[in-house]
Amino acid sequence: MRTIHLDYGASKPLRPEVVEAMTPYFVQKHGNPSSLYTLGLEAREALEKSKETVAYLIGAKKEELIFTSGGTESNNLAIKGVAYRNRTRGDRIITSVIEHMSVINTCKYVGRQGFKVTFLPVDKYGIVNVEPLRKEIDAKTILVSVMYANGEIGTVQPIREISEIVHSNNAYFHVDAVAAAGQIPIDVNKDNIDLLSLSSNDLYGPKGVGALYIREGTKIEPTLHGGGQERGLRSGTENMAGIVGFAKAAEIAEKEIENEGCQLEKLRDKLITEVLPTIKESYLNGHPTMRLPNNANIRFSYIEGESLILSLDAEGISVSSGSACTSKTLEPSHVLLAIGLAHEEAHGSLAFTLGRENVEEDINHVISVLPGIVRRLRMISPLTPKNLQEG
Amino acid sequence: MGEIPDADGIGTVGNPVCGDLMTIYIKVKDNRLEDIKFKTFGCGAAIATSSMITEMARGKTLEEAMKITRKDVAENLDGLPPIKMHCSNLAADGLHKAIEDYLEKKGKK
Repeated sequence: MRTIHLDYGASKPLRPEVVEAMTPYFVQKHGNPSSLYTLGLEAREALEKSKETVAYLIGAKKEELIFTSGGTESNNLAIKGVAYRNRTRGDRIITSVIEHMSVINTCKYVGRQGFKVTFLPVDKYGIVNVEPLRKEIDAKTILVSVMYANGEIGTVQPIREISEIVHSNNAYFHVDAVAAAGQIPIDVNKDNIDLLSLSSNDLYGPKGVGALYIREGTKIEPTLHGGGQERGLRSGTENMAGIVGFAKAAEIAEKEIENEGCQLEKLRDKLITEVLPTIKESYLNGHPTMRLPNNANIRFSYIEGESLILSLDAEGISVSSGSACTSKTLEPSHVLLAIGLAHEEAHGSLAFTLGRENVEEDINHVISVLPGIVRRLRMISPLTPKNLQEG
Repeated sequence: MGEIPDADGIGTVGNPVCGDLMTIYIKVKDNRLEDIKFKTFGCGAAIATSSMITEMARGKTLEEAMKITRKDVAENLDGLPPIKMHCSNLAADGLHKAIEDYLEKKGKK
């Protein structure tokens, strides 16, 4: 049976070109960029070149980029770094309720260290509207952190509008672009962003590598102290194989972003437009148009996400659920609750995140098996109303 | 699985807010569980425990069925992940509730 991966948001395979670019850096080119002899200098050169390539993807200069261990570290560094360095200017941080946990929990952490943190609400599509921000932001606000797009429901935020308000209040603007990068074009200058988090795996690069863009002149404090690598902002010997792989992935993503976006959007729309009318009481979560090209998050009333995942897995299809039944908490997704879904509605949602290896046949297969699975689970669900029991 | 339209006892346990809701239907003849069916809204573990209890309890006397514990159900499934033991392992409770419902109805007759 062909396995169909529709959970690219959770994990992406490395491109063969990426693996090829990385391979020499494990043994042959094992140099440390801080060493002064040839092997080290070559590593230094590869590091600088990689930085330039990744920076180019978001319209930044290589001096404005530092490599980290991934999106989580980048988000931690951006938030803690700005908070600790700018304490004398103010103690307020504003973020939203649908951020990734690495932003939400970091904000909660700095909140316990004495900063005042505000979580902005979102509307039913998951959009952070500017009005609540305008009301909350004040002279004490040093940082606003809003994601470019939400990886779970796909909603893309009005980044430029938010940025305007943030900057007219002299605060820094951090954007978690982990889910958006490689999907939609990002330009830190046009979008007017001060700090931006990236992850390599989301661009089909290796896991365990990421980057933080820090606009020239932005004052931040390091979170890792040591040998002073990455301009003192991120100590630790550079993960050269990972960095080179990340750069290769970013280089390809930059070239293919438009084509791939178009292709995925077609598949995504096929999935949405064929599933919704075929399965009664199924609904799209997130915004109908302001959404990532690879994301379809669909809610099926009266059934629970994990049983859907297991049934689809038996058909060779990997998806993820809005319900975090498999996670440590059993709590439904904070994102789905934030857009106003009831607990049982949030439990019955599936997130399809498409990727470059998906073809039309994959979507056809999902469309052919999904109605039967939903029907069967609804038949055994005590919540299903009588009129849906048979059909 | 499914519903018994003229069930002698019905037991509903759980809460859809937590992600698991289960209804057990029983048919009793000569103090034995002649038939038992379930309806479940829940994750894989919840459906598996519901299905398992119908197999474990069918044909048993009411007294024997009342003695089936959550632990017995989990053991018959070769164990459940610890996180599922509490939320999703509702089947034994559902069965006991259905039997209590039957006894209560019988008492009133």
